[in-house]
Amino acid sequence: MIRLERLTKAFDAITAVDAVDMEVPEGEVCVFLGPSGCGKTTTMKMINRLIRPSSGRIFVDGRDTETVDEVTLRRSIGYVIQQIGLFPNKTVEENICVVPNLLGWDRRRARSRAAELLEMVNLEPAIFLKRYPKELSGGQQQRVGVARALASDPPVLLMDEPFGAIDPINREVIQDEFIRLQAELKKTIVFVSHDIDEAVKMANRIAIFRAGRLIQYDTPNNILAHPIDSFVADFVGSDRTLKRLRLLRVADAMMADPPRVRAEDSLETAAALMEEHGHVSVVMVGPRGRARGVVQIETARGGRGAVAEHHEKLPGVIGPDDDLRKAVSLMFTHDVTWLACVDADGFYKGYITQRAITHLLGATYRDA
Amino acid sequence: MLGRIAIILGAFVLGALAQGSGLLGAIYQYRGDVLYLTPQHLALAAISGGLAIVVGVPLGVAVSRRSFRRVANIVTRIVNLGTTIPTLAILALAMTVLGLGAPTAIFGLFVLTLLPILLNTVAGIRSVPPHLIEAARGMGMTPLQILREVELPNAAYVIMAGIRTALVINIGTVPLAFLIGGGGLGELIFTGIDLMEPGMLLAGAIATAALAIAVDALVANAQFWLIPRGVNPLR
Repeated sequence: MIRLERLTKAFDAITAVDAVDMEVPEGEVCVFLGPSGCGKTTTMKMINRLIRPSSGRIFVDGRDTETVDEVTLRRSIGYVIQQIGLFPNKTVEENICVVPNLLGWDRRRARSRAAELLEMVNLEPAIFLKRYPKELSGGQQQRVGVARALASDPPVLLMDEPFGAIDPINREVIQDEFIRLQAELKKTIVFVSHDIDEAVKMANRIAIFRAGRLIQYDTPNNILAHPIDSFVADFVGSDRTLKRLRLLRVADAMMADPPRVRAEDSLETAAALMEEHGHVSVVMVGPRGRARGVVQIETARGGRGAVAEHHEKLPGVIGPDDDLRKAVSLMFTHDVTWLACVDADGFYKGYITQRAITHLLGATYRDA
Repeated sequence: MLGRIAIILGAFVLGALAQGSGLLGAIYQYRGDVLYLTPQHLALAAISGGLAIVVGVPLGVAVSRRSFRRVANIVTRIVNLGTTIPTLAILALAMTVLGLGAPTAIFGLFVLTLLPILLNTVAGIRSVPPHLIEAARGMGMTPLQILREVELPNAAYVIMAGIRTALVINIGTVPLAFLIGGGGLGELIFTGIDLMEPGMLLAGAIATAALAIAVDALVANAQFWLIPRGVNPLR
């Protein structure tokens, strides 16, 4: 969708971007990552020709951008900047309608589009359409900034540290919202960031820049697992394996179809089941398979009566679609080495152990 | 509250004194002259001020273009220099070329009014945050669209402030036009001085001050209502 060929930008004696070759596939989020002055922003700004390349070529949707008039080109690419850049003299509605108006849309169509977009970014149109930017919080402003970039439904979006100026709590919220939006819209996005955590969270692919060169271009998991050199390794941090936890789902490490006991089963049955599987505890489920509690082997061994009378509460459960970071965090919180995995309706789906997680994280090194 | 009472009392006492000394009557006797000269006065101010706006704002816009950055400093320096010359001297200089009469007065007032308008236009446009321009460029606005939809509206408040200052100074300086035969309320003021006639002098001075206050209020109102709420610090 976006292809860069030997893209170079020289400012006098300094080569800001040095022969970058890369391709961003359609519908993916590519995060340009690197320390300041590494050429990531310059590379991005060459895509909509805010900066003219010294040499090399850029193809957007198969077309060489050099053959397109730069104003036309920019109107076909959504653009979001860190300072947001909403026009203070225009209302939220007018701000969102800027590109539709430039493209000569019918006024009514542009307005209904503005309302639709506000809803998409979780702002109530009736409240916000007629407000001025100064009447919005930072997070609300950047939501409008995103809506404005999406106004004419461009296939490509350029985002220059879009969430960098928002406080950490709102940033997480707005990132999550954006990920959900992107899952629906499937835009091709170039996203500049200097924050490895944000990159890991947002990206389908990460491009790491250093001194104008593209050092490594790969999926977040591969970059974290196999940094190409010591620079990338240092940049992604010594805790890079922990960062991979966010990329893996509980389902990837979960033991499915686990042993279980019912409330009316006897403690002997429970003890026998645990011994058969070599477990020290077993989950008790309700009549339709919802997780209800847990029985320890010490309780079951030599005990009498039904499981229902001797079970304990489950120390926190995790969903199969949660990421491993949350799972590990829960384990540490409750001082346990395993967690029961329960789906959204409460049904017991499997269990996940610390061992299974470390095994999964290490798999990529064993195969290599 | 107390302050307001003091002001009203003070005004009352001053009024009573003026009435008692016969000054009020002396001033009132010139009402015909004031009514005759005020339109002249306003015409001088309106023409010279209007010209200064018509020239100053576009010149300020031109000077603030990025490609003109070098020329910009030279232009503002020349205009700056123009204002350091006393208005009277400008009138005298202009008189040697343009002769006596209203056109000379208008020229002098124009030069005087131009600077605040030009400087505020330049300052206003330069104060538009660069990221707004970047966002506008990135969305595909042409330079003219950026000027019209982003730069001018966001600079409008500062530009209007310049116009306000300039027009008030202009109205207050119009009386000098009388010295080169330009007409206006200066006729009462300077003749009053020459004839040692305080009533005449005050009739001109009070009318001039009232006009200046009225113009200030008028432009202030325009500033309040015409500038969009999003960029209007008053609203």
